[in-house]
Amino acid sequence: MRLRTLVLREIFERKSQLATSFLAILLGITVIVSIKNITVYSEKAVAREMDSLGANILVLPKSATLQNYYAADLQGDTIPEEYVGQLAMSSLQGLDNLSPKLSVPVDIQGRSFTLTGILPKSEFQAKAAWAGAGIFSRPEGCGAMPTLPFAKADKKTLVRQRVIDDLASDEALVGADVVSALSLKEGDRLTLLGQEFKVTAVLPQTGTVDDSRVFAHLHRVQELAGKGPVVNAIEIVGCCQEIAKGLVQKLNSLLPEAKVVTVTQIAESQIKMNHMMSRLSLIFLVIILFVGGAGIANYMYSNVFERRREIGTLMALGANSRLILRIFLLKALLLGLAGGVGGYLLGSLLAVAMGPQLAGVPVLPMPLLAIWAVLISVGLALAASFFPAWRAARLDPCATFQEI
Amino acid sequence: MLKMDNVTKKYRHRGEYVTALDNASVAIDKGDFVSVVGPSGCGKSTLLLMLGGMLSPTSGRVLFGGESIYDLNADDRAGLRTNNVGFVFQTFNLVGYLTALENVQIPMYLAGVDDAIQEERAASLLDRVGLGDRIHHKPCELSVGQQQRVALARMLANDPALILADEPTGNLDPDTSRQVIGYFEEFNQEGKTIVMVTHDPRAAARAKRTLRIKAGKIVASDQSRGQLHVA
Repeated sequence: MRLRTLVLREIFERKSQLATSFLAILLGITVIVSIKNITVYSEKAVAREMDSLGANILVLPKSATLQNYYAADLQGDTIPEEYVGQLAMSSLQGLDNLSPKLSVPVDIQGRSFTLTGILPKSEFQAKAAWAGAGIFSRPEGCGAMPTLPFAKADKKTLVRQRVIDDLASDEALVGADVVSALSLKEGDRLTLLGQEFKVTAVLPQTGTVDDSRVFAHLHRVQELAGKGPVVNAIEIVGCCQEIAKGLVQKLNSLLPEAKVVTVTQIAESQIKMNHMMSRLSLIFLVIILFVGGAGIANYMYSNVFERRREIGTLMALGANSRLILRIFLLKALLLGLAGGVGGYLLGSLLAVAMGPQLAGVPVLPMPLLAIWAVLISVGLALAASFFPAWRAARLDPCATFQEI
Repeated sequence: MLKMDNVTKKYRHRGEYVTALDNASVAIDKGDFVSVVGPSGCGKSTLLLMLGGMLSPTSGRVLFGGESIYDLNADDRAGLRTNNVGFVFQTFNLVGYLTALENVQIPMYLAGVDDAIQEERAASLLDRVGLGDRIHHKPCELSVGQQQRVALARMLANDPALILADEPTGNLDPDTSRQVIGYFEEFNQEGKTIVMVTHDPRAAARAKRTLRIKAGKIVASDQSRGQLHVA
């Protein structure tokens, strides 16, 4: 005879009475786990979608329109380059990378192309579409500090060995269409606005207007175009969650003279779904805390009431109040453990099965959710059972006897 | 061994005080077999509960081996019961979801006895009360007489010096009652002190002495076979 024998035998003897409480906690945890699981994968899908676009926020002159997202910097009007500094110095969360651009039309061998001035690292990190070139870093998720030309320490330590970091004022990167039209290859020389550039990299096809661009250092392009410290656009890789929380509005407040636009409409339905899932997850958590907790407490109270004679007998035989408390709390612990583990397994199954239909994304089980499921379930079961258990421990053993 | 000094117990019931035991004094020596008789509600079970350390008196003292048991806290009194007192109930009070063997193991578990020893001793005690072939039966699978015998085996588990029995034959047929009282006589002969509340005159007559209670007062005692002292 051990404590666990006493508890397990009682559980299995009266399993039908326990079933309702167990089902309440099991279903609650199942729903929370499945919603959370789908939400996480849906958010990842949005992040991937945003990532694939490169920059997802543009800072443009007020007069600019957004007929072609990829050509938004080709509309002539400019904004001061110092906006980049303002952004970098701000306390805004969710700016993963900044990439200022200045574009001017150029004529090469009788054909029209675009010369775009960039600040090396930020430009190429933002352009995830070019990651296939294998020589540039790709933005990795959200939350990284923006790396700017005047953030010298970051630049030197993070990208010292990268080609882009060595982009000199006479070096150029050329798009796929330019290469094909002019039969260029790495190492060739190219004259732009009267200045000779060396082709240091040939960029792979992207299918966008960027294929017709030649990229050079921003400050060199500013100098050749005679435009001073201005840019046509600042591309920003914004964290999806922060965009959803109003990052664009905050940028508008910070830079009232500029137009801030986003491509969130591309993933708008997905983001809405994520919001709905997050809210649902929260609602279910609250419901399970109240309804599940009340159900368990109610079950435990009635269990204590039913077992008064048994508790009194145990006390008459020498059980102290701590043992009675432990009997009921161990039962609650087992109930919570079973509900948490079962809820995690069922919830994960549900998420894997329903994720593609609900959120349009493939979903895999998340082991981390198992820990949360068990913690919530056990915590809830113990908290809801504490007062009934305490009451049992304080029962009058005289109830054991026929007359008092 | 056991002594009550001017013990009074009052309950508050629907706003009024009810005196369950009124200034009762009694001394019970080691090895006595005392039956407590009286009409329903006279205070018999209250007396038993107080002797067992489960119901504190409104006034007076209860001494066990010279120690005032209500000066101990509830957990210490529980410990005292584990090691020194065996209870037998009219309704047996077996734990329904445990087997006969496991029911008998309970007091030993509470006393911290090792698992293997628990099992061995529980089986031996069940064998002693004639239930060696029923050790894995649950109470609902046993007759009432068999259930009371399981309760007797459980009561003996920690070899208590004092046995407190609350109408142990109240639910039994005459033959089984005689058998159970026979066991009590046997336990008493082995040196155990027994206090037995009963309505059954034949069971009471088999005790060494009888204590009569009326309206909370100890009114008489039959000392034909021993040394019961009533103050």
